[in-house]
Amino acid sequence: MFEPRIVCFFCRWCTYAGADLAGTSRKQYPPNGVVVRVNCSGRVDPQHILWAFHEGADGVLVGGCHPNDCHYQDGNYKTMRRVALLKPLLKQMGIEPDRLRLEWISAAEGEKLVHVMSDFVDTVRSLGPLEYGPIAERVGGRRTVATGPGRPQAKPPKKAAARGAKKAVAKRGAKRPAPAKKARAKKTAKKTPRTARKRTR
Amino acid sequence: MEHRIGVFVCHCGTNIAGTVDVKRVAEALAKHPGVAYSTDYTYMCSDPGQNLVKDAIKKHRLTGVIVAACSPTLHEATFRRAGTSAGMNPYQVEMANVREHCSWVHQGDKEQATRKAIRTVKAMVEKAKLDEALAPIEVPLTRRALVVGGGVAGIQAALDIANAGYEVVLVERSPSIGGHMAQLSETFPTLDCSQCILTPKMVEAAQHRRIKLMTYSEVEEVAGYVGNFRVKIRKKAAYVNRDVCTGCGLCIQKCPAKTPSEFDEGLAPRKAIYTPFPQAVPNKPVLDAEHCTYFKTGKCGICKKICPVNAVDYEQKDEIVEEEVGAIVVATGFDLYPMAKMGEYGGGKIKDVVTSLQFERLLSASGPTAGEVKRPSDGKVPREVVFLTCVGSRDPEGHVPYCSKVCCMYLTKHAMLYRHKVHDGQAYLFYMDVRTGGKGYEEFYQRASEEDDVLYVRGKVSKIFEEDGKVVVWGVDTLTGKKVEIAADLAVMGLAMVPSAAAQDLANKLKIHTDEWGFLSEAHPKLRPVESLAPGFYLAGAAQGPKDIPEAVSQASGAASKVAALFAEKVYQREPVIACIDEDLCAGCRICVSVCPYDAAEFDEEKKVARIQEAICEGCGACIAACPSGSAQQKNLTDDQIYNMVSAVLED
Repeated sequence: MFEPRIVCFFCRWCTYAGADLAGTSRKQYPPNGVVVRVNCSGRVDPQHILWAFHEGADGVLVGGCHPNDCHYQDGNYKTMRRVALLKPLLKQMGIEPDRLRLEWISAAEGEKLVHVMSDFVDTVRSLGPLEYGPIAERVGGRRTVATGPGRPQAKPPKKAAARGAKKAVAKRGAKRPAPAKKARAKKTAKKTPRTARKRTR
Repeated sequence: MEHRIGVFVCHCGTNIAGTVDVKRVAEALAKHPGVAYSTDYTYMCSDPGQNLVKDAIKKHRLTGVIVAACSPTLHEATFRRAGTSAGMNPYQVEMANVREHCSWVHQGDKEQATRKAIRTVKAMVEKAKLDEALAPIEVPLTRRALVVGGGVAGIQAALDIANAGYEVVLVERSPSIGGHMAQLSETFPTLDCSQCILTPKMVEAAQHRRIKLMTYSEVEEVAGYVGNFRVKIRKKAAYVNRDVCTGCGLCIQKCPAKTPSEFDEGLAPRKAIYTPFPQAVPNKPVLDAEHCTYFKTGKCGICKKICPVNAVDYEQKDEIVEEEVGAIVVATGFDLYPMAKMGEYGGGKIKDVVTSLQFERLLSASGPTAGEVKRPSDGKVPREVVFLTCVGSRDPEGHVPYCSKVCCMYLTKHAMLYRHKVHDGQAYLFYMDVRTGGKGYEEFYQRASEEDDVLYVRGKVSKIFEEDGKVVVWGVDTLTGKKVEIAADLAVMGLAMVPSAAAQDLANKLKIHTDEWGFLSEAHPKLRPVESLAPGFYLAGAAQGPKDIPEAVSQASGAASKVAALFAEKVYQREPVIACIDEDLCAGCRICVSVCPYDAAEFDEEKKVARIQEAICEGCGACIAACPSGSAQQKNLTDDQIYNMVSAVLED
């Protein structure tokens, strides 16, 4: 049977603690998801999610506090909007939007975590493996080669700048049309490495 | 830089090793790039375990440490201390959660659990590679505490903090402090008069030079963080200038409007201008506009006319007071489960089916019947009384699943006191189990059943209804297997304890967690029972779970000592894992300024870049996810670290 690989971004106050509770209560759920702890679900950048798909994840689960319960006031609302915007984008890229799920799971909801995790694994399993490479080719996107941990760096060393920048374009281009903006950045474009392109002043 | 990460896989006895092949995890990690040392040990948190970590740090010149064990909430601090003592920066010591998130939840599948554990640890290794050495941020500390809730727990916490030498603001929603304990007649197992032991404490709290008492007030808003909270408190309009009022009580005497008294649980009326009870602290009346004739019709105004010091002021408005405090103790107490939800017992519509608090008032010498047990419907002395435990409690299908802990004891006390007052009366007590955990509790129960002839019936009551002026109770005695029908005069409900009505709302304002029933969650059920997981918040009393008086008081003292310990520090040290902005990359778009919930991100007009104010930033990361240029980063959880972790998770 196909075992999907799932990356879970859990906020440390609610969902991570909920997963801890599921553990202390010895509730059982499928081992497909591995948790990356973030302070707040609002810390999750759509690029993190895209990167997970790029690196071979079959599904991404984002867990945050219930509305009105965010430890940081409204981080979860930010996530809610980001995920809502990202889903149609995923669709355009040929990735089924159901591969991304956002759930509110509180520190008291160990049971809910188990339920969500099991259900999400089932959903992703029924979707089958995500073959991002062929999809990227099919939709005419640039396929980047994943060579272990390495991706656009904030400040790439000079030699690697070009390579790093290409990657950045490929990936960030998915998020927003970067080239148009770059064209507007007049004189800095030449001097600055391309990944640091946003400095327009 | 060369990475030299040490990986320490804990067996946690068999908690981890029983499901995860710890040897394999250690071996797999030994081969991972950047890992200089990898080992496993039975109990990593024990002294020898910690020494193993310390020795390895020195011997292998480690640049980072991963302890693959339990949740970071449990032992991250332990290992960071160990790391520090071996000369390592504490922020380069990380936990990989392979117990709560792995071994305990995948018990049937050793192969998959092991593989997941390896991925989890690898991800943390990748994080640790980019962890910087950080120093905690020192922030000044406001040595002043806020206690929310003026029941016995709140009073005790306030007194203990004040006696330790720190100022306290004690906020109570109702017009007087005292809480539910003030309503009780006598307390088990000593049968002390509740008011006799409580009122001196109430007075002490009110007169304490370091306690600022704010009754008839509610917490409106809380901002800031541990050590530096700014709290807005709404002082509800009492329509009485309580600074001028002498508490003579003339207005109460003359007020013509009546409404059921909350303090007497609806068994007696109170006036529209009132003090909840004669020993109220502060003993000054408030005017309840909802029931006041003047506010309803515009006519009356007797209280204003009669007041000798001219304290009544119909124009008074709610007032918002701002206080600065460093710690907050939440002691919001409990309510009884609503009788309306107990349809099988009449749903609160049968007069002679009373709640346990109502029965306390019927027993109390200061109650509506002056301590004589009379039933509410016709004022007759009941000859047969049925007491029911577990009304709503321990009923996962219909109501709440937990045990309310105190009902067995207080119903035993009720039955005993009833028998002391009505010598020829018969008391029946229906129980599921009699739970008497506590000093002197079992002896108390034995006394009730042997000396006071309380008849204990093991079984549940299926129905209560009215017939010919009697309260008919249908139940079953599960020990004999026979049906029981009692035509009683009065039935007393040992209703479940639930968190007080406003507690959830307050918890939301404070951003502290509650469990699924609304009780406040403690940081750790065993080792940190008086703290909330959110720093700076402490828990006391029944707001955290059903409790009797001694437990509530000891928890309050525990919370107070935690506050005192916090205040004894010179400065408060905050986690440095906050946002920072690379000025070279910042385009000055100010998106971070707009998303920051704390106004920690500010715009530097001169340099045209954004900046994070370290003392304010909470480290939520909202600005980082929003930053279009990648110039905003979180210390020790940078985007690069997240990318690397994701890659490591998906590597094999």
